[in-house]
Amino acid sequence: MSLKDLAIDRAGSIVEVAGAGAVAQRLLAMGFLPGTSVRVVQVAPFGDPITVEVDGWRVSLRLSEAASLKVRPA
Amino acid sequence: MSTESGAVLAAPAGAVPVAVVGNPNTGKSTLFNALTGARQQVGNYPGVTVERKTGLCRTPGREFLLVDLPGTYSLAASSQDEQVVVDVLSGRLPGEPRPQAVLCVVDATNLRRNLFLVSQVAEAGLPLVIALTMADEAGKRGIRIDAARLSARLGVPVIPCAVPRGQGVAELREALVQVAGRPNAFPPVPWPPAVAEAVREVAAADPGLTPAEAHRHLFDLEPAREPAPAVAAVLGKARQRILDGGLNPVSAEAYLRYRHLDALLEGSVSPADPVRAARPYAVDRFLTHRFWGLLAFCTIMFGVFASIYWVADPIMKGIEWLQGKFQVWAGEGLTSRPMLQALVVDGLINGVGSVVIFLPQILILFFFVALLEDTGYMARAAFLMDKVFSWTGLNGKSFVPMLSSFACAVPAILATRTIEDPKARLSTILVSPLMSCSARLPVYSLMVGAFIAPRFGALWAGAAFFAMHLLGLVVAIPIAFFINRFLLKLRTLPFILEMPPYRLPTLRGVAMKMFSNGKEFVVRAGTVIFAFSILVWALTYFPHPESVGRETEAVARARGLGAKDVERAVGSAYLEQSLMGRFGKSVQPVFAPAGFDWKITVAALAAFPAREMLVATLGIVYATEGEADSSDLRDRLGQERWPDGRPIFTPVVAVALMVFFAFCLQCGSTVAVMAREAGWKWAAFAFAYMTGLAWLGAVAVYQGGSLIWGKGA
Repeated sequence: MSLKDLAIDRAGSIVEVAGAGAVAQRLLAMGFLPGTSVRVVQVAPFGDPITVEVDGWRVSLRLSEAASLKVRPA
Repeated sequence: MSTESGAVLAAPAGAVPVAVVGNPNTGKSTLFNALTGARQQVGNYPGVTVERKTGLCRTPGREFLLVDLPGTYSLAASSQDEQVVVDVLSGRLPGEPRPQAVLCVVDATNLRRNLFLVSQVAEAGLPLVIALTMADEAGKRGIRIDAARLSARLGVPVIPCAVPRGQGVAELREALVQVAGRPNAFPPVPWPPAVAEAVREVAAADPGLTPAEAHRHLFDLEPAREPAPAVAAVLGKARQRILDGGLNPVSAEAYLRYRHLDALLEGSVSPADPVRAARPYAVDRFLTHRFWGLLAFCTIMFGVFASIYWVADPIMKGIEWLQGKFQVWAGEGLTSRPMLQALVVDGLINGVGSVVIFLPQILILFFFVALLEDTGYMARAAFLMDKVFSWTGLNGKSFVPMLSSFACAVPAILATRTIEDPKARLSTILVSPLMSCSARLPVYSLMVGAFIAPRFGALWAGAAFFAMHLLGLVVAIPIAFFINRFLLKLRTLPFILEMPPYRLPTLRGVAMKMFSNGKEFVVRAGTVIFAFSILVWALTYFPHPESVGRETEAVARARGLGAKDVERAVGSAYLEQSLMGRFGKSVQPVFAPAGFDWKITVAALAAFPAREMLVATLGIVYATEGEADSSDLRDRLGQERWPDGRPIFTPVVAVALMVFFAFCLQCGSTVAVMAREAGWKWAAFAFAYMTGLAWLGAVAVYQGGSLIWGKGA
């Protein structure tokens, strides 16, 4: 499953960053590495984007970007 | 905008250029302000909408020219912003000397992620100093950092700062003096043999590459700019080498770099206390809530808009009053020399006035922009509004400029600086003037008051006002979509936006943002606006043969008109035979399909430099009072007839004229500011597309209306 499918307040662990483009590399550079734990903290009023907590900081992503982050729910 | 950089850099001879780099939201600007004080210059990098900010930092022995580079998480250049950072660090930007040292701003609450960029920057080999900002905030979250130990491990000075309290600033200046001339000793990433060999291969393909650049070419799979053919030719093989070494070229850099950083950080940093770390985000439960969050958002935005719309108004009225006083005073002193009088009164004073008039709105808007940014709310606004904009290719950050544009496009265009992506910024700049600004109001109120309200009643009049305001917005969003999709070839922007913790803004930071933007507007756009004003004055004044005045006056007196009416008749006669009047008459056929006669055409043309001129110009053309609520002018418009006796002004023509005004870029100040922010080419484009749209809209209304209700309706 991907980060996109994680419900609000649920945590998971990154398994893989899918894709080979700039977006995947930017997420990796920001610390979305396999093994890192992430948690969905907010969902925007229209359902997209979402805010996730990673490594003690928060970043908001569109569902389309969140889909490339494969996670194992905690 | 391309001429700026050379001139700015030439000034402080001998100042050592130092690049300031760091992640967004690290307090980089605050630190930059603290180090440079008011000695700042803001401009653009040649050819791109990336802001270039420099400032002088004085130490007893040396002077540094700090160059504040765009905030970025990585040197992987997938956007123009990041490309500028890479180019400046490598000394590849024309007219920009290579920095001789780098000041890395590192957020103590987020050390590991921040050091990712530092380790990339260190590969450039330049002397390096780390400013550890937010040290107090890190302490509150239970993060303890041993700066001395960290400095020893990283091989570069690490200076903890609490910038708002001035802590660490002097030490930073000193550290810059000390590292000057000494390449940094930041431990390089121990690349596995396969990666090291791949880097060597890329570097060998172009001997001109710096080591940092060779790393970038190898690791960045989707760069903003394609590498040179010689380099591109070896990339496939080099990346294959990484793959053969058992690593994925997509993630190899991040994986190896973070592993290296974790080893370096070992024992220098204690982790945050999760409960205390969550505190600065607590308000988000409310502010990003799907109901309360939207309500708070609407309230905040309404407050911002109301302030620039209504609070600025009395101040602007005051400026106009002052301008009027000056004009009367100067006019009386120069009665003996009519041409000089006209130049000073209608040209110079008017020109200065038309620059100063924007300052209240600019200062008020930037007060709020600074507040929204420095508290961290701007990121939340973008988060809440993203869905509305995402399909056009923009993101929620365009909201504040677009909203501000309903008051005035000039401050709104300046406010697009909060949008990091240069292409998104450009398209927001291009559509912002479509929002119905306050200067369009007098035109609507004249037309609605004269032709809609009397015939259809107050309800329809109100609906017409509302519709005119909605029109710009409804058109702007699809136009943004087309500009992004087909013109800028903007890939849908990834929306990866950090939600910074909520922070208390400092008065100093807010004040500096307000005044630097105000000052910059006066210096950079003001000169162009002033020049426009003089030009337009000349077009409506020349030629100015005295015979015209004498003859008109004689005729008017013979008809028994009063002194005021005689003066108006003379003004009207001069305008008709001025360059502007002649031009208007000759292009009237172009506007005929919209139902405009030559008088409307002249007034519409005279309003190109400033749309608020329309009502005044109509006053001159029809030799009546030039006020929107003047019954004299309204009556006169109603009496105008075509040669065949049909009335010129009908409700349909009134709507056509309003639509023309809603779409047309009739604002020299906006054009000037656009040119400053995005270049003359884009300013010309905006002018052309909006004028075209205005003409099409007006023609569509007139032709459609005539078809349905007949020409005399």
